[in-house]
Amino acid sequence: MALLEVRNLSISFGGLKAVDSFELQIEKNQLYGLIGPNGAGKTTVFNLLTGVYKPDEGYIGLDGVDLVGKRTIDINQEGIARTFQNIRLFGQQTVLDNVKIGLHHEYPYSTFTGIFRLPRYHKMEKAMNEKALELLDVFGMADKAEYLSSNLPYGQQRKLEIARALATNPKLLLLDEPAAGMNPNETKELMDTIRFVRDKFDMTILLIEHDMNLVSGICEEITVLNFGQILASGETKTVLKNPEVIKAYLGE
Amino acid sequence: MAKLNIKKMNKNFRGQLITYAMVIIAFVVMQILIASGSVSYLLQGLMVPLCIYSIVAVGLNLCVGYLGELSLGHAGFMCVGAFSSAFFTKCMLNTGMNETVRFLLALVIGTLTAALFGYLIGIPVLRLRGDYLAIVTLAFGEIIKNVINVLYIGRDSRGFHFSMKDATALGLEEDGEVIVNGAKGIMRIPSQSTFLIGVILLLIALFICFQLVNSRSGRAIMAIRDNRIAAESVGINITGYKLLAFTISAAIAGAGGVLYAHNLATLTAQPANFGYNMSIMILVFVVLGGMGSFRGSVIAAVLLTMIPEILRGLADYRMLIYSIILIAMMLFNWSPKFVAFRQAQMEKLFGKKKKEAV
Repeated sequence: MALLEVRNLSISFGGLKAVDSFELQIEKNQLYGLIGPNGAGKTTVFNLLTGVYKPDEGYIGLDGVDLVGKRTIDINQEGIARTFQNIRLFGQQTVLDNVKIGLHHEYPYSTFTGIFRLPRYHKMEKAMNEKALELLDVFGMADKAEYLSSNLPYGQQRKLEIARALATNPKLLLLDEPAAGMNPNETKELMDTIRFVRDKFDMTILLIEHDMNLVSGICEEITVLNFGQILASGETKTVLKNPEVIKAYLGE
Repeated sequence: MAKLNIKKMNKNFRGQLITYAMVIIAFVVMQILIASGSVSYLLQGLMVPLCIYSIVAVGLNLCVGYLGELSLGHAGFMCVGAFSSAFFTKCMLNTGMNETVRFLLALVIGTLTAALFGYLIGIPVLRLRGDYLAIVTLAFGEIIKNVINVLYIGRDSRGFHFSMKDATALGLEEDGEVIVNGAKGIMRIPSQSTFLIGVILLLIALFICFQLVNSRSGRAIMAIRDNRIAAESVGINITGYKLLAFTISAAIAGAGGVLYAHNLATLTAQPANFGYNMSIMILVFVVLGGMGSFRGSVIAAVLLTMIPEILRGLADYRMLIYSIILIAMMLFNWSPKFVAFRQAQMEKLFGKKKKEAV
């Protein structure tokens, strides 16, 4: 059974059908790409998957659990974590604290315990620090744990967002244009990181991207959206040769 | 890696200790000055209000600086805390209850009632953001004050009587007693607030706030402030943590109100003490002291309450100088050039770079 199954998903804003009869099937451990011209509805799909928008109709199933109508925080608990197109970090907190906020549910203790520093507080904080540093280490940022997250260079802010999303221990990771604003070297490094994350955490990843090198380099399958509708989907190489896709997106 | 963390914890903890030490030293110095008779009677009377304002400012800072929500209704929560505790004290006055126990119970009741109001008001109000939240909290503050102004509660052998009309409408028996007398408020409350109690309460408020913001819940609260959408995406319960911070903030304001009620013999809900101006004044302490800095709130509350009194001799020029001091403090705290200058001086003085402590 597919890990993520989306059937007949539609939403309209006013008279505009932003996403129309969207279908998607992602197997466990797959690296899946979602591409399309600007305004095609890619981020809307992400917002539908994470419960930011409620779909007009359709089914979203993660591991057999119906996610339609659930709140964003519950969907996160079910196992979908995401990053954002325009980076959204907790800018006034340290890099370490950003990841620790992602670990919020994994190492719980009550507010009372926190205020009065009961033994559980020390136990949980210690475990949390270790886990957070471990995650940061994966991204080569453990030495920057004490930096204010807004002071990080752009590429590392993107990585920190991924680390924070991973901290919530998701089954499916959604990356919204992870390579936006990166130079070719950084993009290449990012590709390695994404592959590494997939292998190390046994993660399933769905990503939106405009950088064709990245998409053709790491995605096993892709879906192309145009005006809210699926133009083509399937194996990356085949889809990118599809004449209609070339016409709509890549240019003739 | 582990070392980094220890260093960080120590830094947080050190900032906390410095603040406690400052409060205690200020208290000891003032006590010595009072004992040696070099403090005017007027200034002596200012000691408890100083604690009250500091406490409420610390509480409001939790809401404004850490949760990032502007509340203009904290005087309303002070008012609730003051009246509920004063009401309790009046009811228990002739029961022969130990005075200390009675005061402690009044403190608990005042704080909890304010927390309850904070919670109930928070449920609808925290769905709003920014200017709207400010306007609605402002309205709630005024509503609380005005409701208390038309509230009459009396007691006689048959029990309690309530009225929203006037004292005679209570229909009390001959030996009945009017406890809350509308706009005249509650009279003859035993004055039990002392400078020592005020300082202890301030330390407790600081302790709770410091420990809270340096814990899991505190991180969640700050995550909501920094980026609500991202906080939601990592599974932080926005409504829950907003309510938590707002309720604690209201409870601390309520504790300040309890001190206020037991500092004066007569408690009335006037615009001057529980009105809009009070809320704004506390907000000024918070903003000038630095949002997100509890120590700053205390310093600002103390300085800005003392200055008008010290300048009383200058009569008409008093408020003029007060405003100049406000502007100077604002520059000192926030102007980038001044902050850089300040840090450079610190570097010179201590020979190494000193980071801004929390």
